[in-house]
Amino acid sequence: MWRKLFVLVLAHGFALGSLLAQHSYTPADVEDGGRLFRTNCTNCHGPNGDAIPTIDLGRGRFRQVYSDTDLVRIIRNGIPGTPMPANNFDEFRATTIVAYLRSMAADEARPGALAGDATRGKALFAGKGECFTCHRVKGTGSRSGPDLTEIGAMRRGTELERAMLDPDAEVLAGNRAFRAVATDGTEIIGTLLNQDAFSVQLLDSKDRLRYLQKSDLREQGYVAKSPMPAYRDKFNAQELADVVSYLSNLKGLDLP
Amino acid sequence: MITRALFLFVLSALAVQAEVTSERLLGARQEPQNWLTYSGDYNGQRHSPLSAITPENAKNLELQWVFQARSLEKFEATPLVVDGIMYTVQAPNDIVAIDAVTGRVFWIYQYRPSPAARPCCGRVNRGVAILGDTLYMATIDAHLIAIDTKNGGLIWNIPVASPEAGYALTVSPLVIKDKVVVGTAGGEYGIRGFIAAYDAKTGKEAWRFYTIPGPGEPGHETWPADSDAWKHGGASIWTTGSYDPETNLTYWGIGNPGPDWNGDVRLGDNLYSDSVVALDADTGKLKWHYQFTPHDDFDYDSTQVPVLADMEWKGRMRKVMMFANRNGFFYVLDRTNGQFLLGKPFVEVTWASGIDETGRPVKIAGTAPTRDGVLVYPGVQGGTNWYSPSYSPRTGLFYIPTWANYSTVFIKTPVKYEEGKSFTGGMPRSTVPSLRAAQVNNRKEEEGYGAVRAVDPKTGERKWEFKMSDVTDGGILTTASDVLFSGGRDGYFFALDARTGALLWKANVGGPIASGPMTFAVDGRQYVSVSAGSALFTYAVRK
Ligand code: HEC
Ligand code: HEC
Repeated sequence: MWRKLFVLVLAHGFALGSLLAQHSYTPADVEDGGRLFRTNCTNCHGPNGDAIPTIDLGRGRFRQVYSDTDLVRIIRNGIPGTPMPANNFDEFRATTIVAYLRSMAADEARPGALAGDATRGKALFAGKGECFTCHRVKGTGSRSGPDLTEIGAMRRGTELERAMLDPDAEVLAGNRAFRAVATDGTEIIGTLLNQDAFSVQLLDSKDRLRYLQKSDLREQGYVAKSPMPAYRDKFNAQELADVVSYLSNLKGLDLP
Repeated sequence: MITRALFLFVLSALAVQAEVTSERLLGARQEPQNWLTYSGDYNGQRHSPLSAITPENAKNLELQWVFQARSLEKFEATPLVVDGIMYTVQAPNDIVAIDAVTGRVFWIYQYRPSPAARPCCGRVNRGVAILGDTLYMATIDAHLIAIDTKNGGLIWNIPVASPEAGYALTVSPLVIKDKVVVGTAGGEYGIRGFIAAYDAKTGKEAWRFYTIPGPGEPGHETWPADSDAWKHGGASIWTTGSYDPETNLTYWGIGNPGPDWNGDVRLGDNLYSDSVVALDADTGKLKWHYQFTPHDDFDYDSTQVPVLADMEWKGRMRKVMMFANRNGFFYVLDRTNGQFLLGKPFVEVTWASGIDETGRPVKIAGTAPTRDGVLVYPGVQGGTNWYSPSYSPRTGLFYIPTWANYSTVFIKTPVKYEEGKSFTGGMPRSTVPSLRAAQVNNRKEEEGYGAVRAVDPKTGERKWEFKMSDVTDGGILTTASDVLFSGGRDGYFFALDARTGALLWKANVGGPIASGPMTFAVDGRQYVSVSAGSALFTYAVRK
């Protein structure tokens, strides 16, 4: 993470105009910008920012030359008369998005990244990787891990690769596994769906929706680590690139 | 006690729907079957002398009726009940008259606020006040209106302040003698707050107290000289004050200074932001003030109801005020002169190490917001907020709706005043959502949780805690039978034993509770009402 910021500063020390120079950005700010980008922009611009023809936000290719101040203004005010909407961000938040866009380009520029083959990746996903034992894609597979049907529209290649190499590195709040032990010793593992002062609501590992009363439990809480195995040793670099390529192409249901 | 209360019920049932005089308001607790003011009584205790619902029979509470509001806004009003008729507000500003036993609606007065209305934190209202045959409501477009209790007819409608300039009113008015007192919100839009009294008959302004002193007035020097900062310094009012007839003082908690999170443009203590003020009820003249958070950088407004009681304090009887503040400290003051008696944290506090003997917080260096963000406890919504606490003279305990373990990263941003525009100068970040969140809750306890905390006001020590999973915007009610009612974002309405915090009963109301429960009786039967989600629920013990 710190490496990312370092690259950001090195590669874009000049390009990051006056605005960014006024602030010091923590990696957390860049991450926040990424989160804002994923929530507010990817549905039109795609996770890499290149879904709209002739615009590539991730690589800084715009229809005209923009300073960071220009970008912040476009993000906040939109472009009137086009689908590009105004956003209710204050300047600081808009600036974190710009910082994130710059960091994407820096990340992208890694030398020696392998090209992947999505068809081979699909086979690895179903076969050697046994990913369906935990994940679901377009209605097939298990629900115990997150549904990956739209993962390509939400995560970038580097993020997908990190999820496989080091699953413990970032477990999103909504993806944490939950473990409960009943007073008689029965263990229930699943996804926490909701909770309150008196009860928890889970989807257990056998796909059953369960209501559990806290007074019937001896122990309950999140499992700190990801239940997903690391694929560092299972896949070689080419296989990894293939699966990433497959996942990157998962962008939702194929509508008729 | 019980027989006297019953006797009074019979009396009032005979005195059918009499006018609510100012004498009746003074003696509100002598007619326990009614709930005549926002807090149930001028002392702000939210403690009812009713005792038919007990720790033993609370398990037999059952739903009597539901009123579904045609509004998706937070339902923050505390209803009034007068001789069997309930008056409440469907957000933002529709008054509803309901039969308190059956829940059937008599009439609805619909008010259309100006499109200029822009309350920062929800198009909400906290309830009506009553005097004679008239109801008073403050509106989100900063008007005060008077409505006929019998048919919802409009009597008068006056502008209090300009919604274009960011003023809004969400408070339930307080009627004192022949006047209606309200205070203005809008601190997130650079207003200059004030409290004002209006003639109940005509709506004519009787007095006005600016919560930020103007040039030449004492306290003005706590704002930067040669600057307009004081004109836009906020100091709003969000909740109803209390009143002590013996001293003829009315007490109001004042909101944060603006801009909220960037104090650079308003160096100084910023009176009377984050203070409690004691005003002469006839003239609005300031008798004394006490500032909880001088030069606040965290939006710790003192938007709480000052709770009044007479108690023995270090060997002699004293007229005190109890105040659990958003800044995380619980305070006891002498309400005759504002003298500081006690200040102890009731939640984790990292911005101050304590309160010195003069009553000033000892701030910890390096906790003010910066561009990169500083983590501070309590978080931006505070250790508690606008939802009412309760004090029970029986248990001697003070009950606080609490956000425990809760922090925010405070970030400062540059800011410039523009009329009617947001004027906050920062962006607080927390994993706990500030306003009413979607129902699904899978946060961790370390991220903060809601609780009812019972504190001994004589020591500031916690006696017990009832933990919720989610945070809480639910007020607290206690009764003379030692039953405590509250709820939270978990979506339960529950009853606890006020002495021990033990759970007596709970009901899943299917939506967050963001109001204070209240209780009343009709024909000798005790009811308890609370709003949750978009509906109002009324319970009584099974017959
Ligand atoms: C509803 C779809 C939509 C959303 C959401 C959206 N955009 Fe756009 N954006 C567009 C379109 C379409 C254009 C091209 C407008 C035009 O024709 O000039 C555009 C243009 C832009 C441009 C100018 C590019 C250029 O070369 O001129 C930037 C920068 C930009 N968007 C950033 C963002 C960011 C950052 C977000 C998220 C905060 C975002 N957009 C959200 C649709 C969208
Ligand atoms: C033993 C069960 C299990 C297996 C096998 C498994 N996963 Fe996971 N995976 C999970 C769980 C649980 C999570 C959520 C926790 C986390 O983020 O690590 C997850 C998370 C992920 C994520 C991140 C999702 C997000 O929203 O960012 C990706 C991508 C992913 N898995 C891909 C795969 C792929 C590809 C395979 C096969 C090569 C695989 N997983 C095998 C259980 C599993």
